[in-house]
Amino acid sequence: MREISVSLLVETISELCLEANLVLNADLYRALEKAVEEEESPVGKECLSNLVANADAARQNQLALCQDTGMVVVFAELGQEVRIVGGDFEAAITEGVRHGYEQGFFRCSVVNDPFLRENTSDNTPPVIYTRIVPGDTLRLTVVPKGFGSENMGAVQMLTPAEGKEGVKRFIVNTVLKAGANPCPPLIIGVGVGGTMEYAGLLAKKALLRPVGDKHPRSDLAELEDELLTAVNNLGIGPQGLGGRITALAVHLEVYPTHIAGLPCAVNLSCHSLRHKTKVL
Amino acid sequence: MSVITKVCLPLDPQQAETLTAGTPVRLYGSLYTARDAAHKRLVQCLAKGEDLPLSLKNELLYYVGPCPARPGRVIGSAGPTTSGRVDSYTPRLLAEGLRGMMGKGDRAPEVVESMKKYKAVYFTALGGAGAILAAKIKRAEVFAYPDLGPEAIYRLEVEDFPAVVAIDAFGNNLYREGREKYIRR
Repeated sequence: MREISVSLLVETISELCLEANLVLNADLYRALEKAVEEEESPVGKECLSNLVANADAARQNQLALCQDTGMVVVFAELGQEVRIVGGDFEAAITEGVRHGYEQGFFRCSVVNDPFLRENTSDNTPPVIYTRIVPGDTLRLTVVPKGFGSENMGAVQMLTPAEGKEGVKRFIVNTVLKAGANPCPPLIIGVGVGGTMEYAGLLAKKALLRPVGDKHPRSDLAELEDELLTAVNNLGIGPQGLGGRITALAVHLEVYPTHIAGLPCAVNLSCHSLRHKTKVL
Repeated sequence: MSVITKVCLPLDPQQAETLTAGTPVRLYGSLYTARDAAHKRLVQCLAKGEDLPLSLKNELLYYVGPCPARPGRVIGSAGPTTSGRVDSYTPRLLAEGLRGMMGKGDRAPEVVESMKKYKAVYFTALGGAGAILAAKIKRAEVFAYPDLGPEAIYRLEVEDFPAVVAIDAFGNNLYREGREKYIRR
């Protein structure tokens, strides 16, 4: 068994929180630069070029890309030949978030209870998803998820009869209803299949694909293209002020499902989609 | 692009009425921040017949929960949050003299009706650009409800703060008009 100490875990999660909130991923940065060239609306073009400037300013001045530094979602893929030593696995992840947010002077946006709503003042707890996988490594992905966009996501339990057309209609309507609120241009994560909660998880994971990478299955890649065109035809545009580029990408993931169902989840991300990964 | 209009804060009621949707502006002066939790308290306060911790007359409320300042800095990232979440509270505050609001996203019809009634203006700043907007904030202090942390009411002084008139005092709406130009049916 390979041993990984909780202190390394704390340090790694803290670093990932810092990096995710301060440095926009290169794929997204390039997608924004390309969008500046392609947007036809003058207002939209200016918004987009300011977003590129914002990413530069954040990196240079060590300021968070967005004041909504999110609720932290952590994906852990724990090799089954790894043993975590020196403490509790989830407590270490939580401690890493606490440390990272303090170090970064990031906003603490988490309340202790959905009804009592007292700020926990350290942005914990995070939401943690752990999978046990073959191997002797630990892969950690930190996703600080802002709620301007998170609030506009939706899940619909479609019927098999509604099929692909039903999925398309649901996704386009979700983006239309969201309007300017989720800070377009968006990255749209879609999960189809599984069960209700699993479709949501797939949609979240779909966001983590490099921006604009197509699904390896050609029929699904084609569906992603159709969805991107349909969403961009809405005219919502950057910041919802009108324009051609409402979304930078649609990423769709699928999973086997039940004979009776067609679960479909849409997880929207703003243009400041933040996630960083490290393998220990 | 239209000519950029300078707007001094607190707002001049006459100027607020003449600003039209789509006009780019630069804000100068003082404003207050308020998000969901502060709005709830303000409106509860009014419902109980108590005095507000601040006078809203001709003021602008900026919907933002900033990041904390690093040592030696004025403030952390400070871009707008979604305005729609405070729509249910807004008409009550407009009745108290609130003249302007700044956030992101469209407003509910009842907010727009109140804006027309009280001649108020709604600006939008660039969502997700908190790092560049922070540089336009020259002073920041917690003014009320410090226990709310990032949701406390701050008093900010801004200079050359970029925004656009999203909905004007006559109900003209940049979100609707902007989309109409680019929609493909």
